[in-house]
Amino acid sequence: MEAVATTLIPARSPGVRPAAIKLENLTLGYDRRPAVHHLSGEIAPGELLAVCGPNGGGKSTLLKALAGLLQPMGGSIERGGARARDFAFLPQAAQFDRSFPISVQEFVALGALRRKGIFGRIDAAETESVERAIAAVGLKGFEPHALGQLSGGQLQRALFARLMVEDGAVILLDEPFGAIDAATTGDLLAIIAGWHAEGRTIVAALHELDLVRRGFPKTLLLAREVIAWGETDEVLSPKNLTLARAMAKAHDADAAYCHRDETNERADVL
Amino acid sequence: MFYDVFVAPFLDYPFMRRALVGALATAVAGGPLGVLLTLRRMALAGDALSHAILPGVAIGFLVAGLSLPAMTLGGFIAGLVVALASGAAARFSEQREDASLAAFYLVSLALGVTIVSLKGSNVDLLHVLFGSALALDDAALFLLAGAATVTLFALAGFLRAFAVDTLDPVFLRRASPFGEYMPFLFLALVVLNLVAGFQALGTLMAVGLIMLPAAGARLWTHDLTLTLLLAGGLGALSAYAGLVLSFHAGAPAGPSIILAAGGVYFISLGFGRAGGLINNLRPRRHLEG
Repeated sequence: MEAVATTLIPARSPGVRPAAIKLENLTLGYDRRPAVHHLSGEIAPGELLAVCGPNGGGKSTLLKALAGLLQPMGGSIERGGARARDFAFLPQAAQFDRSFPISVQEFVALGALRRKGIFGRIDAAETESVERAIAAVGLKGFEPHALGQLSGGQLQRALFARLMVEDGAVILLDEPFGAIDAATTGDLLAIIAGWHAEGRTIVAALHELDLVRRGFPKTLLLAREVIAWGETDEVLSPKNLTLARAMAKAHDADAAYCHRDETNERADVL
Repeated sequence: MFYDVFVAPFLDYPFMRRALVGALATAVAGGPLGVLLTLRRMALAGDALSHAILPGVAIGFLVAGLSLPAMTLGGFIAGLVVALASGAAARFSEQREDASLAAFYLVSLALGVTIVSLKGSNVDLLHVLFGSALALDDAALFLLAGAATVTLFALAGFLRAFAVDTLDPVFLRRASPFGEYMPFLFLALVVLNLVAGFQALGTLMAVGLIMLPAAGARLWTHDLTLTLLLAGGLGALSAYAGLVLSFHAGAPAGPSIILAAGGVYFISLGFGRAGGLINNLRPRRHLEG
């Protein structure tokens, strides 16, 4: 396998200008149970944000909602004119059938589907961007191999190459370093840093705090409620982390209705 | 000798020629569809849908008698309703697609049997349900050829979308505004082929010419394009071999074609070079890298 290209591949669309993403009193969950509770805040354009927190804290749920795969139970997500499906999204442990007969080259080229549509021909320019992306993730030489022959780490590299070809202004990554080795993680972190330098907005759900400190300037610490949101060093303080662990409480079978949204109105009445 | 066995039946008897044309049309379009069904892990969905079209065919028969257009339309509508309703149930509820499809087709099948029984069983209708490959009229041939043509053009046009929808449906829905509709378009094609095939092979047998060549073809190659072509080819071979078999053995045509397809499948299972039994179980020397 070739070393990851140290020079960044030039952005296909230089000067990508993502809009700010505004979360307004957002509540997300399943079957009326909130997994993310009354979250408000703004993800600035070009921000490199890690979403951290205990298991069940709502990291994946928030990413799904940003990707438009989950409707909010309350509140709203303002995407600055972009549609939810415009955001490039890497789901957790990509849930697809790896025995499907497709080559690495063809798989990475799927990233061009957004621009070319389901009928369009993959022209020379797209072929070139596919080749560049495959080289950039260190999979050169694997183009004709079947997707099913790749190891877990190589598959994650291929998924990153597909994201590169997608060329999204906003990229959502759900646990992108799950079950891959240190070398691959390092290479993928370098790719994310490259995207950040190109001005893309990146939101990644992560549970390894070392990686967050290494590669992510901003962090949202989430344990159903927001514990802290801001500069990574300040957010990941021992005090906040203890608080986050304490918040990861057990399922309450007799949970009452949440009245928090009504408090202001009540205050007016009383 | 060769001529007498393999060529003469088709030259001497027009009904054999018609049966061959009808079965070939079913096979050429059905095989590639079956490959996509197996890739989607919906190998049994074809069988379920073939049961689901029953009430539509029965209602068409009750309304218009032994009228091909009425029964075809009825079957097509019933199949589409079951495919769309079970697909929508899987999409918008928390039920998985296999469970919702099983539920909807069982209700549809029971409805079909009820309708047939209430109006008294009819030998003609049973004929339809079990096929009459040796009595295909012009209308039936046009229907079979039309369905095959529509299917092949749709497959050629939408192959990329169907493939991506099979591999990574969440990605397709995000990348293309049409992604959402691909599963439904695909199931509509399956229903179309089942309905067209019921005249030649019977509702319960039509699915055999879709699934058996496809399952066999996948054992010979890992290349998707080759698999699609091979499935159509193996299906055509089965159709021809089955008709020859039925002619000389005096066996019913529909089941003979499916048995021939079964034979092709078992040969593939044994000798297929991409995962057949012999290839898989025989230890081979490993490579250097």
